[in-house]
Amino acid sequence: MAEITLVEAVRLALARAMEEDESVLVLGEDVGVDGGVFRATDGLIRRFGPDRVRDTPLAEAVIAGVSVGLAVQGFRPVAEIQFMGFIYPTMDQMVNHAARFRNRTRGRLTCPMVLRAPYGGGIHAPEHHSESNEAMFAHMPGLRVVIPSSPARAYGLMLAAVRDPDPVVFLEPKRIYRAIKEEVADDGSEQPLDTCFVLREGTDVTLVTWGAMSVETLAAAEALAETEISAEVIDVATLKPLDMATILASVEKTGRCVIVHEAALTGGFGGEIAARLAEHGLMSLLAPVQRVTGHDIVMPLPRLEDQYMPGTDRVVAAARRAVEFA
Amino acid sequence: MAVASEAGGRSKSAGGRKRKASSAKPKATREELLHFYEQMLRIRRFEEKAGQLYGMGLIGGFCHLYIGQEAVVVGMQSVLEPQDTIITTYRDHGHMIACDMDPKGVMAELTGRIGGYSKGKGGSMHMFSKEKNFYGGHGIVGANVSLGTGLGFAHKYKEDGGVCLTYFGDGAANQGQVYESFNMAALWKLPVIYIIENNKYGMGTAVKRASATTDLYQRGAAHGIPGRHVDGMDVLAVREAGRKAVDSARAGDGPVILEMETYRYRGHSMSDPAKYRSKEEVSKMRQEHDPIDHLKQQLLEQKHIDEAGLKEIDKEIKAVVNEAAEFAQNSPEPDPSELYTDVLVEA
Repeated sequence: MAEITLVEAVRLALARAMEEDESVLVLGEDVGVDGGVFRATDGLIRRFGPDRVRDTPLAEAVIAGVSVGLAVQGFRPVAEIQFMGFIYPTMDQMVNHAARFRNRTRGRLTCPMVLRAPYGGGIHAPEHHSESNEAMFAHMPGLRVVIPSSPARAYGLMLAAVRDPDPVVFLEPKRIYRAIKEEVADDGSEQPLDTCFVLREGTDVTLVTWGAMSVETLAAAEALAETEISAEVIDVATLKPLDMATILASVEKTGRCVIVHEAALTGGFGGEIAARLAEHGLMSLLAPVQRVTGHDIVMPLPRLEDQYMPGTDRVVAAARRAVEFA
Repeated sequence: MAVASEAGGRSKSAGGRKRKASSAKPKATREELLHFYEQMLRIRRFEEKAGQLYGMGLIGGFCHLYIGQEAVVVGMQSVLEPQDTIITTYRDHGHMIACDMDPKGVMAELTGRIGGYSKGKGGSMHMFSKEKNFYGGHGIVGANVSLGTGLGFAHKYKEDGGVCLTYFGDGAANQGQVYESFNMAALWKLPVIYIIENNKYGMGTAVKRASATTDLYQRGAAHGIPGRHVDGMDVLAVREAGRKAVDSARAGDGPVILEMETYRYRGHSMSDPAKYRSKEEVSKMRQEHDPIDHLKQQLLEQKHIDEAGLKEIDKEIKAVVNEAAEFAQNSPEPDPSELYTDVLVEA
């Protein structure tokens, strides 16, 4: 079993999915000959040919729309958008069509497509190459929003996303595309969608996060352990539909919760989790829910990027506030 | 004649592209030729320096160099009037230098410093100058075409006699809103010149692999927009085509498309190894079609200047560029409090 990076895991899962199911097609800008802007699809065109691995023109709206058309005909397109800041033209197709085919046709037509995009900051890129707007998609009924946090998770969740009968927005945390290596068995086994994963067990405070922020959050849990605060870390993984049961069970145990995401605060998905804790877990809470997030500003350039990105110290401080609250 | 082909509203049969224009050259004075040479060389030296600073890790936020395409902006800029506006996507440093924006402010924006045109908040792709009527610098390819159409609408509405130059690439030419823009601009006869800088590759994808028809100057034909194919490696051919287009748009005849056939020598961005094309292809372009060398030969042949004079120009430009690089490294980094400024108007 080889140690691989997250981006290699995406590639491995795509290759596996294409191998086992001829209806899986890959399309997007530069995904073929060039192997993708982050090399996530490198080599797929040589293995599966240009009919199944298709370089598209620069036309995000159509990439999404064509994928919907393919999907309702029984294909399983996996479309790449190069950066999350380029994803907005797809919103019309994703929201108005991909998300609604099942409902409009009362299940007669479904849209088993995956829209992949690298997302998030921390790679010294300009604003629209750095943003995290997962909450916009999570707001839309009919879409699944999936975000892996490690190579193994990326492999398993990507396979599950491709095999899923409904549209999945699959956001890949590009900051950790190559930062973490772990052993991943290319055995075709998927990891469950709609499930939160407990990355570390603890008893004093629950840290809830997803994507690249899991790195800082785990580091924060480690730092907290040194001062004898036992933190449980939950990787949400599928934002929608949200596995609230896992989060509620954890908070029932710890009584305290910190939600960590790099997207801006207002309207961020952390607000949804906090609201559900208030609705269903109020009696478990011993302290106000804390949120550690990006700021309500346009993602800044590298010189101020570290100021924007929530760091381990901010997570630790928030956890302390929660623990020390009466 | 410099204009190789025409298409669109006024000539129904667009015809095939003639790659070789006839040898009769548009005339230009010694001063004009020297000015063009100086402008193109200034862009090239600026970009070479930007590439160096990037290599030294001083530039974040990506960096797309304009080297090879200098004749396009320099030729177009020469036919403008002060009220005219300019907008482009990324690979925009050349446009800013051609607009006479201060190289210090451009370079300092690349290095993300407070002395940059966007106070270090925009980076390579996002710089603006209200004074020079340069409206960016935008990272979303094709999206600026709609914006340029709006700038043109404003010129028309205000009756200020202005024309908007809207630059985009061969890759962007396949975006849907480009055609929505064409239709609206033709319908309302907006004074917009759509300049397609066809440098042969949209990132790593060759034009013919991304475009059903590769004569991009014909893309406005369905909307009755005249289009011209121009040798974008020849600054005088660009000026000639640009002047006709701008005159026509200024006269109220509506938009024009100019497809500039050009070439970028470097990768798409600094991190692009450009494996999708051969080294021979690049060196052939550099050796046989370089816009600066081409003009240099003309200047020497016509005895407008000697080698020593050219060296003097280069020396002066290098001094300007070095000064910009110096400034860009010494200008302070933005204060963290800058994070919260200019999101909404301050109360």
